[in-house]
Amino acid sequence: MILQPHISIQNLNVHIGENHILKNINLDIPDKKVTSLIGPSGCGKTTLLKTMNRLLDNQTDVRVGGKVLVDGENIYDPKAEVTHIRKKMGLLSQRPFPLPMNIYDNVAYGQRIHGNYSKAALDVIVEKNLRDVNLWDEVKDRLKSPATRLSIGQQQRLCLARGLAIEPEIILGDEPTSALDPISTQAIEELFLQLKDKYTIVLVTHILRQARRVSDYIGFVYMGEIIEFGPTEEVLLNPKEKLTKDYVKGFMS
Amino acid sequence: MRKIEENIFKVLMIMSTVLISSTLFWIIYTIFSKGLGSLNWDMVSKIPEGGFYIGKGGGILNAIIGSLYITVGSTLLGLLVSIPIVIYINIYAKNNSFLANITRLSYDILFGIPSIVYGAFGFAIMVYMGLKTSLLAGIITVTLMIIPILVRAMDEAIRVVPEDMKNSVYALGATRYETAKIVLRQSIPGIFTAILLSFGRAIGDAACVLFTAGFTDSIPTSLDQPAATLPLSIFFQLSSPIQEVQNRAYAAAVVLTIIVLIISITAKIISKNLSKNKI
Amino acid sequence: MMNIRLLKDSIFSKVFFTLTILSISTVVLLGLGLYYKSIPILDSSSLSKLLFSSEWKPFKEAFGFYPFIMGTLWVTVISIVIALPLSLLTAIYLSEYAHFRVRKLVLPLIELLSGIPPVLFGVWGVLVIVPLIQDYIAPHFVEFTTGYSVLAGGVVLAIMIFPLIISILIEVFDNVPQELRDASLSVGATQWQTVKKVLLRKSVAGIIAATVLAISRAFGETIAVLMVCGNLAQIPHSLFDSGYPLPALIANNYGEMMSIPMYDSALMFAALLLFVIIFLFNAISRIILFRIEKSTT
Repeated sequence: MILQPHISIQNLNVHIGENHILKNINLDIPDKKVTSLIGPSGCGKTTLLKTMNRLLDNQTDVRVGGKVLVDGENIYDPKAEVTHIRKKMGLLSQRPFPLPMNIYDNVAYGQRIHGNYSKAALDVIVEKNLRDVNLWDEVKDRLKSPATRLSIGQQQRLCLARGLAIEPEIILGDEPTSALDPISTQAIEELFLQLKDKYTIVLVTHILRQARRVSDYIGFVYMGEIIEFGPTEEVLLNPKEKLTKDYVKGFMS
Repeated sequence: MRKIEENIFKVLMIMSTVLISSTLFWIIYTIFSKGLGSLNWDMVSKIPEGGFYIGKGGGILNAIIGSLYITVGSTLLGLLVSIPIVIYINIYAKNNSFLANITRLSYDILFGIPSIVYGAFGFAIMVYMGLKTSLLAGIITVTLMIIPILVRAMDEAIRVVPEDMKNSVYALGATRYETAKIVLRQSIPGIFTAILLSFGRAIGDAACVLFTAGFTDSIPTSLDQPAATLPLSIFFQLSSPIQEVQNRAYAAAVVLTIIVLIISITAKIISKNLSKNKI
Repeated sequence: MMNIRLLKDSIFSKVFFTLTILSISTVVLLGLGLYYKSIPILDSSSLSKLLFSSEWKPFKEAFGFYPFIMGTLWVTVISIVIALPLSLLTAIYLSEYAHFRVRKLVLPLIELLSGIPPVLFGVWGVLVIVPLIQDYIAPHFVEFTTGYSVLAGGVVLAIMIFPLIISILIEVFDNVPQELRDASLSVGATQWQTVKKVLLRKSVAGIIAATVLAISRAFGETIAVLMVCGNLAQIPHSLFDSGYPLPALIANNYGEMMSIPMYDSALMFAALLLFVIIFLFNAISRIILFRIEKSTT
C-alpha cells in the first residue's frame, strides 16, 4: 500500500524528564507525498516532527531511543552530522521568523552559510525560490528592505522560500498556518499542493479539513502513540480504530 | 470603616510615590543650583594648573578624560568577555541546563558585590603582581565590576528571542556559532542598552578606581600611568576646606550628572520596547 | 567547507565554555584572594577579638572592628527602616492602583535614580541632608551635632536603595496571578483587602528577598556614606552620632595601608567580611527570587 518511504521511523521513544512523550513509534513517511500528523494538542505530534530534524537536541533532559532513517541513513547515529541532516529539510514553524536582515539576504542566508557566495548564482536562487512561493512579484522592487516589514502572510511565504533555497528534499510544517489569515492560509495550502511533486512534505495540523485538503496520507497521534496511519480519505472517512473514529467524528460531520 | 483604612493607605501610597519620584529632581536641582555658577569653559577644557587645589586656575579635563578612558576601556574589555558567556549559556548550553542556571546565579551574586570589594580585590592582585596604580589596573578592576552588569542585561535581551526563531535557523543547517550571530543581531537594541548601563556604572564608580587607578593632574598617555576620574575629583575637591575648590567640586558634579543623564536617557529610549523593570 | 564550519563551531564552543567556567570562578577567586590577604591578621589575633573588640589602634596592632561593624549596622538598619515601608507603598500603588500612564511615567524616573552615581548622592547628602539634620531635626533631640551622622548616612542610603527594592517588588507583584486577585475581589473584598490578604501574603518570600538584597546593597555602599557619616571610630548611641561604616574605613585608609604593619591585612579582612556577608545575603535572596519566577512560569 505504501510507496517507497523517504523517512522511516523505527521503534522511536522520546522521554522528556519523567514523561514518556513518544511511545514506540513506527512510521514510514512516503516519498513525494503530503503526510499530515493529526491529533489533540499535547499528543506529541509536534515532538514527533521535531525528532525528524533533531531539533530536540537543544533541550535539557531529552532522551531519544530508536532510529529515524532518512534516505536509509540513521540521523541519530552518533557519527551523523546534524547540520548536514537539517540541510535536507526545510522547516516552517507556527509563526514566521524572518531573520534580522533584508528580504534578499533572508533567502540567500542558507546558501551563504553553506559556502555559496557567488552573487550571480545567489541572484538566480533568490528569484527562483521567491517565485516558487509566489512572492516574487510582491517584493521584487524592495529586496533590500527589512524582512520584518512584510505582512505576516508574506513573512511565512518568505520563510518557506528561505527553507527551499537550501535545496531540501523534505519540508516539515509545524502548524504553519495557525498564525495566518484565511487568504494567506489558502496561499500556503496551494503551495503545498504545488510543491509535493518535488518534495516530501510532513505537516502537523490540528485542522482536520486542512489535512483533508492538502494531504495524501494521515497519521493519527494520540497520547504519544501512532493510533492509525493510512491514505487521507480512509483515515478520515472510514477509520479502523475506535479512538480515531471518536476524534474524527466531531470534525468531519 | 473599611473605606477609611483604604483611603488612608491610598494617600500614603501616593505620597511615597511622589516623594520617591521627586528625589531625582531634588538631587539634580541641588547639584545644578550649587554648581552651575562655578561651571565655565576652563573647567572642562583645562587640566589643573599649579595651585589648583588652593583655588588657583585650571580645570578638570584630566578627570573627564581619565573617566572616559576607563569607561570605554573597561566596557570594551567587558564585552569581549561577556558576549561569549551570554552566547554560551543561551545557545551552546541546553535550555535551563545546570551550567546556565549556575552561571546566572553567580552573576546575580557578583552583581551584588559592592565596588569597594572589587577595588580591594583589584588592589590585592595589583600588589601581588607588582603593579602600581595605573590606568590599566583601573580598567581591569572596573571591568570585573561591570561584567556582571553586561552579562545580566544581555542575557535578558537574548533570552526573549523565541526558541522557534533559533530552531528556524538551525533548520537551515546552521551551526550553533552561525545561529549565535543571528541571535546577537536580533538582540542589538538590548545589547546597546547593556553597554550604556555599564557605561553609566563605570563612569560613576569611585570605590573601584580609588584603589587602582590612582589620581593625577595630567592626562595619562599610556596604560601604566595613573589616571584621574570624575567621581574622585569631586570627592577630593569637596574635602578641601577652601571655598573655591569646593565650588569646583559642585561644578564637576554638574558635569558628571549631565553625562550620566545623557547615558541613562539614551538607554531608556533604546530599550523602550524591552519593557522589563529589572535593576 | 563543511569541516571548517564545524571546526569553527566546536572551537568556539570550547573557548566559550572555558571562559564561562573561568568567569564563574571569579566568585571563588574574590573570596580566596581577600582571604589570602587577611591570613596575617587572622593569625595574629582571634576572630572574636577582631569582631567584638572596640580597641582600634593600628600602631599598636590592635584591630577591633566592633565600632565599624556597629556603624555599618546602624546606617543599614536606618536605611531599611526608611526605605522598606516607602518602597512597599510605592510598589503597591504602582502595581495595583496607579493608572498605567502613571506607572509608565514613574518607573523610568526610578530607573534614572538608580543610575545616579554614589558620589552625587554624597554631594546631595552633604548639601541637603546634613544641614537639615543639623539645623532642623537634631536640635529637637540633642544639644549639638554636626549633622554628619548615621542618620544622614541612613537617609542617603535609603534613597539609593529605593530603585532596587521597588523594581524587585513590582516584579514579584507582577508574578502573582491575576486570577488570585479576581477570586478575592469576586467574593466582595475591597481592593485594599485584596492587597493585604492576597497580594502581600502571596509575596512574603519576594518581599523578604528584596529586603535582604537591599540590606546587602546598603552594607557595601562606600563613597556616599563616607561623605555624610562623620567617620568617627566610635560606637554610635543615637541617630545623631557619627559613625564609621566598614566600607568607609577601607576607602579612607587605603593610602596608609602599606606604611603601617598589618594595616593592609586588617583592611583586607574588612573587605573579606563585607564579601562574605554580602555573598550569603545575595545568594539567599537570589535563590528565593529564582524559585518565585520558576513557580509562576
